[in-house]
Amino acid sequence: MPHQSLSRKRKNYEALMKVLMLLSVGITAALVLFLLIYVLVKGVPNITWELLSTSPSYLTERIGILPDILNTLYILLLSLLIVLPLGVGAAIYLSEYASNKKLLALIEYAAETLSGIPSIIYGLVGMLLFSNSMGTCLMAGALTLVIMNLPTIMRATQESLKTVPQSYREGAFGLGAGKWRVVRTVVLPGCVDGVITGCILAAGRILGESAALLFTAGFAHTVLSFPLGMKSPGATLTVALYVYAKEQGEFGVAFAIAAILMFMTILINFAATIVQNRFEKRKSL
Amino acid sequence: MRNIITVKDMCLWYGEHQALKNVNIEIPEKSITAFIGPSGCGKSTFLKSLNRMNDLIPGVKITGELRYEGADIYAKGVDVNNLRKEIGMVFQKPNPFPMSVYDNVAYGPRTHGISNKLQLDEIVEKALRDAAIWDELKDRLKKNALGLSGGQQQRLCIARALAVQPRILLMDEPTSALDPISTSRIEELVMELKEEYTIVMVTHNMQQAVRVSDYTAFFLLGELVEFGKTDDIFSQPKDKRTEDYITGRFG
Repeated sequence: MPHQSLSRKRKNYEALMKVLMLLSVGITAALVLFLLIYVLVKGVPNITWELLSTSPSYLTERIGILPDILNTLYILLLSLLIVLPLGVGAAIYLSEYASNKKLLALIEYAAETLSGIPSIIYGLVGMLLFSNSMGTCLMAGALTLVIMNLPTIMRATQESLKTVPQSYREGAFGLGAGKWRVVRTVVLPGCVDGVITGCILAAGRILGESAALLFTAGFAHTVLSFPLGMKSPGATLTVALYVYAKEQGEFGVAFAIAAILMFMTILINFAATIVQNRFEKRKSL
Repeated sequence: MRNIITVKDMCLWYGEHQALKNVNIEIPEKSITAFIGPSGCGKSTFLKSLNRMNDLIPGVKITGELRYEGADIYAKGVDVNNLRKEIGMVFQKPNPFPMSVYDNVAYGPRTHGISNKLQLDEIVEKALRDAAIWDELKDRLKKNALGLSGGQQQRLCIARALAVQPRILLMDEPTSALDPISTSRIEELVMELKEEYTIVMVTHNMQQAVRVSDYTAFFLLGELVEFGKTDDIFSQPKDKRTEDYITGRFG
């Protein structure tokens, strides 16, 4: 009977698709696990207290990554500190104040494009823009990363602003509140989770960035103070990883750094989940 | 009775589309005026132009004369925030802010510069009492307002509007999202409020207009077809279209 054969064909087709999708999941998961385990197995045994707590010395041939860890944290902090107010401010202006629809679309399109540009191009521009005037230093690196992450923060905030119900704004305006008061008291508190999401995305990118920093922040491995040291060059963990692996052939150290970077990423994601859960709980009250 | 709002030859456009045509109306003080008419007839649009909530929508153009206490609402230099303090608004869907009951009611007074705790406490209590919800909420002032029922939320929104001591309260279908019991509570409340406030409300529900309002305006396709005492409108409408609408021939 043709009817039966059709349904059997369909059943086979369904089963085949299910197997194919299962396979894709399997491959994806296997790749992630392999990468994680490989890096951890190669890296963790090389992590020693001496490595974490000292600076490198050519005299004693000691290798330490304390300066690189500090530089990474400095750049992370500095970039976020500058990019947050800029990005959130721009997003608020575009979503709440701007009325020129065409200009708005243009800016959004530009931001979208900006976030797709290879980071090495940011490095090149950052070198000409910042390193030429202030020298190769952490500040120049941070400023380059600010440009790079501005669209991320801006877009994440904008998306979040869209989720704040229009009725809240109407309610506040209806009570005679001015624009800024509405934004500050009703709109902004409703989009904090979006800002945090943007921050985490940006933090992840900053942690992992090397190409843009090779051009702008330099390779020095000395412990710097904050904030005065920001005028000096310094390598972050990713840059140090590149240097140790490619130029010095110290693969053990490189893998140790890789493992540390992975721990940091996991930590950030973990913190993000906690913060977001807390906000969701407060919202659902 | 004194008229608190007078409108002469008012027209309103959304871009190219004319939503209101030559509206003339005089709304008496301390009374309840209901706007009725089918969906899309312009009654909500008209309501929102009384406290300039339409300013929020891009592309709205208004001509004609709208006066509140004799002063032109759309004159240059009018402080819109002050206007909205005098002419408050309650919306179709209850829209309390995602904060505590207390902070919701205190939002308006704080906006207008009151920060003294004792004074705020007093205002919040009076507003909640006036909105007939004090007894239900007095022990839950610190609780998030989003946890209240729909009817409670709407009465909270009324309290929030009352807390800035407006003269006029605009209500845009305030009961359309509520169950019958909450609806009748709000209706009772509105009838009490007219002792102190002028109330203008849009309603889809003709029985509601009959039950609560003193005056009724019937809108159709952007025109104000008929305006008068509610009893007259519903017992002896002058216009054939009004009669057809209230007898349920269309709508």
